Amino acid sequence: MEHTISVIVENKAGVLTRVSGLFSRRGYNIKSLAVGETDVPGISRMTIVVNGDEKTIEQVEKQLYKLIDVIKVIHLTDEEFVERELVLIKLNVSKSTRTEILQVVDIFRSKVIDMNVNSFVIEATGTTSKISALEKALQPYGIQEIVRTGMIALSRGAKKSKGVSIK
Amino acid sequence: MKITGARAVIKALEDNNIKYIYGYPGGAVTPLYDELLNTDIEHILVREEQSAAHAASGHSRTSDTVGVCLATSGPGATNLVTGIATAFMDSVPLIAITGQVSTSMVGTDAFQEVDITGITLPIVKHSYLVKDASEIPQIFANAFHIANTGRKGPVLIDIPKDIQLTSFEYVEPTKPKLMGYNPNYYPNIKQVARIKKILEKSKKPLLLIGGGAVYSKCFKELEELFEKVNAPILTTLMGKSAINNNLENYFGMLGLHGTAASNYAINQCDLILSLGARFDDRATMLTDNFAKNATIVHVDIDPAELGKNITTHYPVVSDIKNFLDEFNPIIEKLDYSNWINDIKKLDEKYPMKYNKENINPPMVIDRLCNLTKGEAYICTEVGQHQMFAAQFYKFSKPDRFVTSGGLGTMGYGLPAAIGVAKANPDATVINICGDGSLQMNFAEIATALEQNLPIKLFLFNNSSLNLVRQLQYFGSNKRYSGIEFTCNPDFCKLVKSYPNTEAYRIDDISQIDDVINKALNNGKFTLVEVNTQTTEIVYPVASARLGVKKLDYFDGEEILY
Repeated sequence: MEHTISVIVENKAGVLTRVSGLFSRRGYNIKSLAVGETDVPGISRMTIVVNGDEKTIEQVEKQLYKLIDVIKVIHLTDEEFVERELVLIKLNVSKSTRTEILQVVDIFRSKVIDMNVNSFVIEATGTTSKISALEKALQPYGIQEIVRTGMIALSRGAKKSKGVSIK
Repeated sequence: MKITGARAVIKALEDNNIKYIYGYPGGAVTPLYDELLNTDIEHILVREEQSAAHAASGHSRTSDTVGVCLATSGPGATNLVTGIATAFMDSVPLIAITGQVSTSMVGTDAFQEVDITGITLPIVKHSYLVKDASEIPQIFANAFHIANTGRKGPVLIDIPKDIQLTSFEYVEPTKPKLMGYNPNYYPNIKQVARIKKILEKSKKPLLLIGGGAVYSKCFKELEELFEKVNAPILTTLMGKSAINNNLENYFGMLGLHGTAASNYAINQCDLILSLGARFDDRATMLTDNFAKNATIVHVDIDPAELGKNITTHYPVVSDIKNFLDEFNPIIEKLDYSNWINDIKKLDEKYPMKYNKENINPPMVIDRLCNLTKGEAYICTEVGQHQMFAAQFYKFSKPDRFVTSGGLGTMGYGLPAAIGVAKANPDATVINICGDGSLQMNFAEIATALEQNLPIKLFLFNNSSLNLVRQLQYFGSNKRYSGIEFTCNPDFCKLVKSYPNTEAYRIDDISQIDDVINKALNNGKFTLVEVNTQTTEIVYPVASARLGVKKLDYFDGEEILY
């Protein structure tokens, strides 16, 4: 099963290596990892999507907690949460395909953020399955380059995730 | 007050009550070595950096202070790696200081540059690369706190040379406050009460004591538990010196080379109260066949150990002493005489034994135990001799067994003994070794002599790597590969070539007591060499296929539970 974990960390040199190294050396497979600073200076949030059974995930959480720079580990799959991923797709465009592509962009509520005679750069956000569906829909036109951020996620509702109190 | 980075390092060590530092100099630590001339901290110059880490580890394990080792950048730092990994696996608090090339050179593949914080990431509890000299006081305060609290372990601090030379306005460090590091030392009281009830309901409980109990320094509390709960006691390898091995209910070590009685008890029990044992695979063997009918109560300071190797029914995160402080007062006297008698009968049927006709390691260790009253500090290398020491040296005082249990590091014993002897100047310190292990770090004989340490080496020489031979005997159909030393030195002559040493060889059973007594009382660094047979096997051996359900006992006999 796929699990989404938020890891709140002190933003110090080497912390990403410590976290990712922990996964690789213990044989846990990271499906996606996204990092960015939070509203609190010096504190970052990592969103990690990992595959594994309950026992594996329990170990992942416990091992993460053993890292000195890790402040909080939140297993989002235990609660209601929203998740999004951002993708940029550079696509071949010709006179004959331009209108069709714009229709696809519209259907997926994505945007064209750069264009020239032969190409578009398309931006889209959404769940992994939506991003994958968009990618599939655009494939026939000739994708030149693609970049995905990896999943980011937050729990639903007004309440902060249990135990997250950084300030 | 302005001080240099190097002075700040030494000051931090002084403030943490460090009296000794084990190290080896080099270009990237010359400012630190210069500053060592201005302090009372004694530097012990080893012959290779790995030994600095092992010596600091031995010091740490048998004293109240954290062991500190120091190496230069590059090869000096990488030579520490095995020692750091050894300390990590056995949860030994250690501060490893490494020099680094100057900050302007970092990342340029400069002479003797290596990314030691990167290399050691998986084997440290935490690490620092110092980027500003003014950070040194707080980094050291944090490092000592991290190394010596919670589940203890090594912390590495990498300091570029220019940082050591930089002057800054010194500010006292504050009490370490680390957002993500709040180890839990105290048990959940409700859980403790629950465990009391489970224990009362149990008909066949056993108490399993691990290395965590040694570090928790709960010898008195354990005795109180054993007085109240008359149940069988087992230990892991690391837990051996947590208790007096002469207790009536103690049935020895469990697992791969455990006693027949202890492995029987594990198979038959209905409850394991595990205190500071981490259910390592050498103790459990195949987890499928381990304690199948037992409820498992697992008390450990590290939450990640609970449920990691085996399913735990009642997990308790706590320091062992704190758990016993809560647990002992609420339990009444409990008696399991029938269950104990059951195990005793089996112990009588399948005792630990050795051949009395020819001289062999267990026989000598047994005599050594007798003549030192089980009170000596016993360090070991890794091999058959290590297992024999664990089986036949019965510790009567706590905290006396210094062995590389987790990583199984050959070459650990002699440098560790140096650290133990420095920390305990009046104690008898013995290193039990084989010829394979001794040759890994035997240059440290010179370190011991420079330091005037009358360590006793008991060498069981069979000119081979006999524990590997044993694995090949059982697992590779007696096809022996790569285990023979055909050019061993005359170890007695080798030791005698150093000044002020003694060396004895025991060739006959009748000489054992006399030689041991001479060795223990001569006040000198001493080698006692015993030539043994390659046919020697550590029995019992648990089955690779069936785990502790089947043991190869002495003389080809098999025990099936």
